[in-house]
Amino acid sequence: MQPFARAVAWILSPAHWWGPDGVLTHTAEHVEITALSVAVALAIALPAGLYVGHTRRGEKAAVWTANLGRALPAFGILGIVFPFTLSLPGFGFYPTLIAMVLLAIPPILTNTYVGVRSVEADTVEAARGMGMSEVQLLRRIELPLAAPVIVAGIRTSAVAVVATATLAAVFGWGGYGRYIFDGFYQNDTVKILVGAILVAALAVVTELVLAVAEHLVRPARGAAAAGATA
Amino acid sequence: MITLDKVSKRFPGQDGFAVTDLSLQVDDGELVVLVGPSGCGKTTTMRMINRLIEPTSGRIAVDGRDVMEQDPVQLRRGIGYVIQSVGLMPHRTVGENIATVPRLVGWDERRIRERIQELVEMFALDGGLIGRYPSELSGGQRQRVGVARALAADPPVMLMDEPFAAVDPIVRERLQEQFLDIQARLRKTIVFVTHDIDEAIKLADRIAILNVGGVLEQYARPEELLRAPASDFVRDFVGPEPGLKRLSLMSVADIDVEAGPVVHPDAAADEAVAAMEPFGLDWATVLDPEGRVLGWVDRADVTGRARVGDADVKRFAAYVTSGSSLRSALDAIVSNRTQVAVVVDEQERYRGILSLEAVAKEIIT
Repeated sequence: MQPFARAVAWILSPAHWWGPDGVLTHTAEHVEITALSVAVALAIALPAGLYVGHTRRGEKAAVWTANLGRALPAFGILGIVFPFTLSLPGFGFYPTLIAMVLLAIPPILTNTYVGVRSVEADTVEAARGMGMSEVQLLRRIELPLAAPVIVAGIRTSAVAVVATATLAAVFGWGGYGRYIFDGFYQNDTVKILVGAILVAALAVVTELVLAVAEHLVRPARGAAAAGATA
Repeated sequence: MITLDKVSKRFPGQDGFAVTDLSLQVDDGELVVLVGPSGCGKTTTMRMINRLIEPTSGRIAVDGRDVMEQDPVQLRRGIGYVIQSVGLMPHRTVGENIATVPRLVGWDERRIRERIQELVEMFALDGGLIGRYPSELSGGQRQRVGVARALAADPPVMLMDEPFAAVDPIVRERLQEQFLDIQARLRKTIVFVTHDIDEAIKLADRIAILNVGGVLEQYARPEELLRAPASDFVRDFVGPEPGLKRLSLMSVADIDVEAGPVVHPDAAADEAVAAMEPFGLDWATVLDPEGRVLGWVDRADVTGRARVGDADVKRFAAYVTSGSSLRSALDAIVSNRTQVAVVVDEQERYRGILSLEAVAKEIIT
């Protein structure tokens, strides 16, 4: 049997689903670290992006932060942060979280800022002139109109985190990386493939779910505009 | 009432003033147009009234209250605001857009629905548009929704920044007419910005002509501006044909019509000639028994006929009514072979004639 087919068969065998090295356990770990990283990144990048997009203040800082974030290698951050987190519980969890948050921030920050900035200035100007407060402008106009672009940023971040979180295994945390790195050490090609297939599958699922979400938050604009913005 | 008292504005990092020592008063129910070339600070001036821009010095009051002492958000909710690009919210329907300010100030839903209906009718919009999105409207419809939205909470004061500039000339003219009709009923206090002097002349109760740097050149009623421009700048800005432009501001009702020669179809030929003679003319208007205009005949037409009605009664090329402008009366004069404008009432009943001399007298004085 080909290694690929064997790997698929391995995954589909219920005997490999449970237990500390089971597929479900590592799936839970992988989803947990991804969801948490994206949530923390969102909590930081969304308000920052909204602020910069709405006020047009700190645009340079936002671009600089986003570019620096993209330039930083996740593996390097993990290595740097790792020694400082040895006293914390969940061996390998915190360095992974920090590295993944830093990885997830740039796309969300950039897309939020660009999404808000691309709302037509006249729409905001007219609404401000009619007496909407700055918070109302943000909540009723800028956020709904920028929502699809922001969700697209979250999608980019989430998919990147799903792929990169495999590195956690090197530093002692679980996730699908466990299969890949254990496979390397044990010279077990099938095990490596198991990890690779699972990561790819989770990335595709993440992509699809968030693509649907992006569609759902798209504001109605009427028949004439629907074609133009789809 | 809006009062500007020695208002100046200088933007940070710019050498000159955008608005210089501007004093202006807009009375209740008055439509004042700020007009001038680009860089004359007309939009800046308007935006200082609702505090979208804050003056560097001087005082602006709306109904006696200094705008700088009011909360800008509350201030703006009491002032209608329309901009050139309209700026409708693309993700909100026409109805929701119109409801913006009523919602902000907390009207109940029933009152909002009734108000939307009322405004849609006032602006002659199709009721089916209420649930449509701005992208589904024509340019003219968008502009009307923009003005309707500004009027939604019935603010006493309106600021309008080139609200009709983004549509083609034919639609613009129709929007201007409709807006004048609505304003005649509502009597809002309006500051209206445009770069188009003809639009200013057409709409304004008073025009403020601004020069570069927000210097007030003249603040006067349109006909005064045309008759007595205060400076070469104003004369240049008002442009060619100031006399014709003044005629377009005056109506036929403003001047006396002459009786003119009239004759009935049953009259004899020599009666027609007798009617022409006192006026020194060789033609007469033919009227039916109800006084409606049938046309005209000249001396040669009736010669040898038993009755005037047997002759070939020719139609006038154009009529005017008392509501017509003197400019259209002048047009009728040069279009009719008789070289007069025939004035009729709404039922086409004859009221008299206007000669070129009578109209020209109005331009000269």
